[in-house]
Amino acid sequence: MNLPVTTNTLDRRDAAAKRDATVIVSGGSSDSHTWNLVFLQLLLEELGYTVVNLGSCVPEELTIAECIARRPALLVASSVNGHGYQDGMRLISRLREYGELSDMPVVIGGKLGISGAQSSDQLAALIEAGFDAVFDDGAEGIASFQRLLDSLPQRALA
Amino acid sequence: MTGFGEFVRDAGELVVQPRMGMSEPDRMRAGLLATKAAAGTTVGTITLDSYTRVGDLDSAELALMEDVPLNGYPIVSHDLATTRRVLDGIQCEDFPIQVRHGSASPQDIFVALMTAGLDATEGGPVSYCLPYGRIPLEESLRNWSRSCELFARLRDIGRNPHLETFGGCMLGQLCPPSQLVAISVLEALFFYQHGLRSISVSYAQQTNFRQDAEAVCALRRLCDELLPDVDWHVVIYAYMGVYPTSPEGAYQLLDRAATLAAATGSERLIVKTVAESVRIPTIEENVSALEYAAAAAARFRSDPNAEAMGERDSQTYAEAEALVSAVLNMGTDIGHALLLAFRRGYLDIPYCLHPDNNGRTRSYLDAAGRLCWADTGKLPLTGLVAARGARTVTSSELLESLSYVRRKFDSQAIGSAGRAALEARGA
Repeated sequence: MNLPVTTNTLDRRDAAAKRDATVIVSGGSSDSHTWNLVFLQLLLEELGYTVVNLGSCVPEELTIAECIARRPALLVASSVNGHGYQDGMRLISRLREYGELSDMPVVIGGKLGISGAQSSDQLAALIEAGFDAVFDDGAEGIASFQRLLDSLPQRALA
Repeated sequence: MTGFGEFVRDAGELVVQPRMGMSEPDRMRAGLLATKAAAGTTVGTITLDSYTRVGDLDSAELALMEDVPLNGYPIVSHDLATTRRVLDGIQCEDFPIQVRHGSASPQDIFVALMTAGLDATEGGPVSYCLPYGRIPLEESLRNWSRSCELFARLRDIGRNPHLETFGGCMLGQLCPPSQLVAISVLEALFFYQHGLRSISVSYAQQTNFRQDAEAVCALRRLCDELLPDVDWHVVIYAYMGVYPTSPEGAYQLLDRAATLAAATGSERLIVKTVAESVRIPTIEENVSALEYAAAAAARFRSDPNAEAMGERDSQTYAEAEALVSAVLNMGTDIGHALLLAFRRGYLDIPYCLHPDNNGRTRSYLDAAGRLCWADTGKLPLTGLVAARGARTVTSSELLESLSYVRRKFDSQAIGSAGRAALEARGA
């Protein structure tokens, strides 16, 4: 399969205060949903970030290549099809093998399992494998995600 | 043998159809039998699983070996004898069956369904590519042209293969109706160019009843104008976006879809069920939805005060006609014209993240719930759509719009339940 590396940068004309930092948003490798990714892009742009949205069904190699090329302040993995735990574990294990990405903040959120909220064991396993934060589905998830964004350095990777 | 298209055209009343697919052959057969036995004129559905959709046949086969249930019937991986046993004695002139999938590389699926003796399916090079995954549009167009040409060869042996456009859905929500109509028509023209002569054009129920009626009339008029020697009909999809969670709300929304179909002279309706907001529906839930929708359409037909809806000329028609003309002017090969149109932004799906979509258009819901353009990007709609100065859509507005239909129908349901409770208490 051909893997286009071009990304879809939404044309935003309102002048939000730029944070001079890029955030990459990526769907799970087996997840074809996109409304979650569109929402995250708009939210992050409202907060002043430049967003590179990789879209749905993103192979791990593409996410990793984009992170190496763009050095984002944050990578946000979002998944709602119930395979988020498996897809997320695979992505983070491979990504952290790259020395230049070992310190890059990476978070995951959404509906990560097929039966509602994940078990605390699974949450712990995702953190242990290298995610900096895991956000469960729901309003509290979004609120704590925003708190994390506020704590990011303003010029994380200048 | 009477084909799918002729059956629907000659039915004389709204044909209702489920979305239904099970990996276990006996359950798939039970689902088809229950659909056939449901009150109303029904056609059967075999929906395929996601692994088959994306061409991951290894995973589909592994699941079959390990008895892991899939979210649909893996028609490529089940052997031919199994599929024939599923269909045996069910598929007939009075009960045609359609295969529904969702693939941008559907060659294997077409071969499998034709081998099994089936001759009706759906999809399209745009509608099964841009909303899902990352297969380039050019590759999807190539795959679909080959598949259509293979499928059309059933005509050589006296069958009349039927293909439905999925272009009236595009992401399920927030695509203004004029562009849904345009893509549905353009996919029908693509099918025609590749040899099909029995075609249905889809339109998915959106957020405003009058606007939907306008859209279906625009769709009919464009098909009249552009598909002269084709056996065609219109299929309505009950709402494909975020669904109401209350059973009452879900049924009211389905009632509006059935009434839309009846009021616009549409020939077929694909239903949704009360389980839609939480999980894949059971056979029984599907049968209830089929019977409910058939009864709603019959009520409309027998109501002397019910009026046909939608005008010949409308804003939706004007926009759809402009989009279709702009694409047809880009070349005689519809596939190539579609490719150029997306490249130049003459077609552009709001909020679609596929790398081959321009991503410059935006949409919003107005106070009456009509789906409007917030930004037309490079769409050839200058002079037709009032320039709004690129209205910004915020993340919270997006969430509001996505759940508009759920909120509206769930709150109506709560309102009517509240009234019923008050009446019961003699209030």
